[in-house]
Parts: sequence; structure tokens; C-alpha cells
Amino acid sequence: MATARNPAALTRPLITPEGVDLRVKLADAGTRAAAFLLDVVIIVAAAVVVTLVVIFGLGGLGVKEAEPLFIVWMIFIFLLRNVYFIAFEAGRRAATPGKRIVGVRVASRSGAGLTIDQVIARNLMREIEVFLPLSIIAARGGAGVADTLSTIFGLVWALLFSLFLLFNRDRLRIGDLLAGTWVVETPKFKLVEDLSQRQDPIAKRFHFSPAQLDAYGIAELHKLEEVLRRDDYFAMKAVAETIGGKIGAKIEPVDSKAFLTAYYGELRAHLERKLLLGNRKADKYAR
Amino acid sequence: MTLPAGTDAVRQSLASFRQEREADWKAFEALLARVEKRAPRTLSEDELLSLPLLYRSALSSLSVARATSLDSALIAYLEALCLRGYFYLYGARRGLRQRVGDFFLRDWPAAIRDLWRETWVSVGLTVIGAIAAYWLVASDSRWYDAIIAPSLAGGRNPDSSVETLRNVLYDNGGDHFLSGFAAYLFTHNTQVAILAFALGFAFAVPSVLLILMNGCMLGALFQVYAAKGLGFELGGWLSIHGTTELFAIALAGAAGMRIGTRIAFPGELTRMAAAAQAGRVAATAMVGVMIMLLFAGLLEGIGRQTITSDATRYAIGGGMLALWIAYFYLFRMVRHGNG
Repeated sequence: MATARNPAALTRPLITPEGVDLRVKLADAGTRAAAFLLDVVIIVAAAVVVTLVVIFGLGGLGVKEAEPLFIVWMIFIFLLRNVYFIAFEAGRRAATPGKRIVGVRVASRSGAGLTIDQVIARNLMREIEVFLPLSIIAARGGAGVADTLSTIFGLVWALLFSLFLLFNRDRLRIGDLLAGTWVVETPKFKLVEDLSQRQDPIAKRFHFSPAQLDAYGIAELHKLEEVLRRDDYFAMKAVAETIGGKIGAKIEPVDSKAFLTAYYGELRAHLERKLLLGNRKADKYAR
Repeated sequence: MTLPAGTDAVRQSLASFRQEREADWKAFEALLARVEKRAPRTLSEDELLSLPLLYRSALSSLSVARATSLDSALIAYLEALCLRGYFYLYGARRGLRQRVGDFFLRDWPAAIRDLWRETWVSVGLTVIGAIAAYWLVASDSRWYDAIIAPSLAGGRNPDSSVETLRNVLYDNGGDHFLSGFAAYLFTHNTQVAILAFALGFAFAVPSVLLILMNGCMLGALFQVYAAKGLGFELGGWLSIHGTTELFAIALAGAAGMRIGTRIAFPGELTRMAAAAQAGRVAATAMVGVMIMLLFAGLLEGIGRQTITSDATRYAIGGGMLALWIAYFYLFRMVRHGNG
């Protein structure tokens, strides 16, 4: 899959009216499947709870009095399946609880606001994509007439539609296709400390020449930032050794973190100065 | 520190960029978290006015950060914050109550009116199916079993006696768990309608077949009763809910056909854009169809077996049909302002 190899393949431009490109990331197939399964679990759990309540409610009443309850139950179960997705996706966060948990939401492909008719269209199509073949299998199984052929047919149908999103660039379900929507990631990041502001008494001992700072570019700087934020002793030791070997510096293993902090600060300042002068040194191979 | 003065100055200015604006970002994040959970009504006037200002400030920070900073965590934070702000500020612009009001006053009738051509085709197919099945069953009664599955027929077939057939029409039900049956019919009919709509994307062929088949069943049933001189009575029995239900299923078929034909013949748009446009009109119509089917289910389960006078049945059926037609095609909400 393109997802694993190249994350940029799922990035799409989203230019706000203010003219800034927000570069949305489309949710990959695994995330979509996880969100859907979570929703199914929630729906089934709700249905089971309500059914139990109704059964105990019926227990106390005669059949006559229970009749209205039975109707309410029938309609509730129907609505649960058909309205759950629509109601949540039409809400302010445009995501069902499952989608919220995995951090994705529905958005309009045009970039305009998501309208309720789009939400309805994309969710009604789910009926033929998933629920129809499965309910046919369930019904036939319940009646004891499920033969292998029809079960296979139903499963192939369901699979064909649920895998549809793997066969197009934008990860669209049939429902997304008809509604003009797609599903994008809405990650929540905390504002973390600026590593170049870190005060470390040992780090102050390290000094680097311009030639030593020219050894790496922006791609390596970002990797270094990742390693420092992860704060794993062995990873930092390995990285410090590699960098030390490349720029010709001798580092004690205990000083790895301080060395990397110092090098990060200097390298970033160096590369940002270049950036201001119009030279974006993408990686170590760039001049 | 023994860094050269120049280096220190650059680091200082980029750091102060963050220090200067950090408070704004935090304020924006806190406001967003609040409005995403609760209605914007809970914000004070000042907070409401500051929302777009903070959003623009965050966007401008993002642009500056992308151009000058290499702190990838900071850029990721700003991108996520701006995206959230963008979706909120340019996203849902109307409250739920207003949306629901708009749906009933404007969107639903407009969507149905928009589908007028497909609706005629759909009604035409039902009539053609009915006539064809009537003629087939009249010429050879074995066709009846081919058209209506024995499990659905409920003992009504060409060999039934007049008495049996009459009983089905006027049996006031005893305690047949009628309203539960109504709810079952509602969910069943809605599934059929959703199918007619959703299968439309296969170039409308399944929708056409479904509508035609629906017409066939109607025609076959009618022939059986008409042959025994009960045609008028069957009309009453069917029309009490049937006008609403058949109209709803015809509309669902029309919605499916719209999608299928727009995918096949997208006109000047791209195929994707045409499909998306058709899908949205059709989806609005479909929610309306489900509401109609809810009415039909109630009429069928409660009204059909308890009201046994032919005249009342025709009156209710005709009244409902007139009501729907008036609502969809005659009633047009005049909107003032720019809505």
C-alpha cells in the first residue's frame, strides 16, 4: 500500500480563503476500518442493552400493555443503525464516536462546509456496502437456508465494497464518492517545549565549527528532534556516536544527550539562518 | 556561552516569535475545545468576536513558522490547530433546529421537485409493470406464483374462494399485534426503498428492475381480485396506505435513477462531480421518503384493518395523495432575506 511506503501520498492541499495551504492528511484504510469497527461495537452494545431493558419491561407487563413498547423497540433498533452515523457526522465535530477515538473526521472534498445532505448520502450507501449483504446472510442463516454459494456471494459483495477504498487514490468509499466527501485526520497535538531553548550546563561545553554544522540538512535535523523528544538513552547514544563519527568529535556515552541537545540547537540555528537567506538545505546531500 | 553574537541573535528572534504568540495559540485552543463541546451560545460576546481574530493570527503564525522555523513539533501543532479552527469556522454554519426547519420548508420539496422527470419515469414503470402482470396473470394464472412468492401471498392466489379473499380485505384483525406489524412493515419498506436508491449507482438498472417488479406484484394481485369482482374493494384496501407507500417507493426509485443516469451521462461536469451532485439531491429526497414510509407504515398497520368502509378508505388514501402532491409541488416557501 502507498500508505506505508510514502506518507506524502495521502496528503492533499486544502487552501483556506486566507490563502494558506493546510495540507490535510487523508485517513488510511486501517484507521477507517478501526473507526468503523468501534462504531459497530457501540451500536451492538446499545442494541443489546435496550433489548434487555425491553425484555425486562415486558416481563412485568401483559402482552397487551407491552405492545407500544414493542413498537418503540422496533423503531429504535432501526433508527440506531440508520441514524447513528448521520446524527453524529452532522454534528459539530463531523465524526462518530469511533472516528473521534481514532482522530479522523468527515470533510467535504471541495473544502467548503460539510452539509447535511452529504452526510446522509454517504451513510445511506453504507446500507448496500455492508449491511445489506450481511443481513441477507443472517436472514438466510436464520431461516436455515443459507447455502455455501449465497454466503460466499454475500461475503464477496461486502468485501468488494469495503475494499473499494483501497483501489482509489483518495481512499473513497462508494458513499464518499456519491456525497463528495472524504475522511481526513484531525490530530491533536500539545504545544511541546522548544528543544533549542533547553538549558543544559554540559551542553554549553560543546562548540561546533561551520564545517561541522554543514554536515547535515533539514531531514536529519527533524530525525534528531524526534530522537531527542523520545528521550531513549540507547537511541541517543547510537545517534551521538554516528554524528560524532561524521563530524570528528569524541563523545562520552553519558554525555550523549547533552551533546545532541547542543548539536541540535546549533544545527537548527545554522539551518534557520540559511533559510532566512533563501537556502533551504533539504538534507545532507544538498549544498 | 561563547557563541558568536550573530548566532545568538538569530536564535533569540525566532524564540521570541513563539513567546510573543504562544498566549494567543493557547487561548484559541481553549476556545475551540469549548465551542466543539457546547453551543456557541455559551460564549460571551467578546469571546465570540475574538474567535476569527485568533484563527487568523494562528494561520499567520503557521505561515511564519513554515518560512522561518525548523521546529517540526511546533509546525505540526500549528497545522493541527489551524485545521481544527478552519473546520469549525467554515464548517457547520447553522444550528440543528434551523437545519430541520429548512429541510421541511425548503430542501425536501425542492429535492422532490428536482427529481420530477425521474419520478414520471418511475411512476410510468410501476404502471407498465402492473399492466403487464395483470395481462400475464389473466392469460395464464400460473404466472401469479412466478410473480408473487407464495410466502408473501398469504393464501391469496387465483384458486382462493371469494370468501377468503374478502376476509383478507375486511378481517378486522382480532389481536394480530397490529402496531408491531406496522413497525415491521415500516422497516421492511424502508429497506426496499434504500435498495432502490442505493443500487441506482449501477447505471440505474437495478432501480428500474425493482420498480418494475413492484408494479408487477401490484398488477398480479389486482388481477386475482378483479377476476372475482373485488377490484373496487381491493383498491380501497390498498389505497389507504398504498398511495403514500407506492409514491414513496416510486420516489426512491427516481432518486436511484438520478444517480445512475448522472454517472452514465455526466454532461459538462466530471463523472465524480456529477455523481456527487446527484447523490446529494437524491439523499435529501431519500430522508423524505423514509418519513413518508413511516406514515405509510402507521396507516397500514393501524388504519387498514380497523377502518373497513370502502368510502373511508378511498377518502383517506386520496387525501394523503393530495396532501403529498400539494406539499411537494404546490407549496413553495417564499424566503425573505438572503437565507
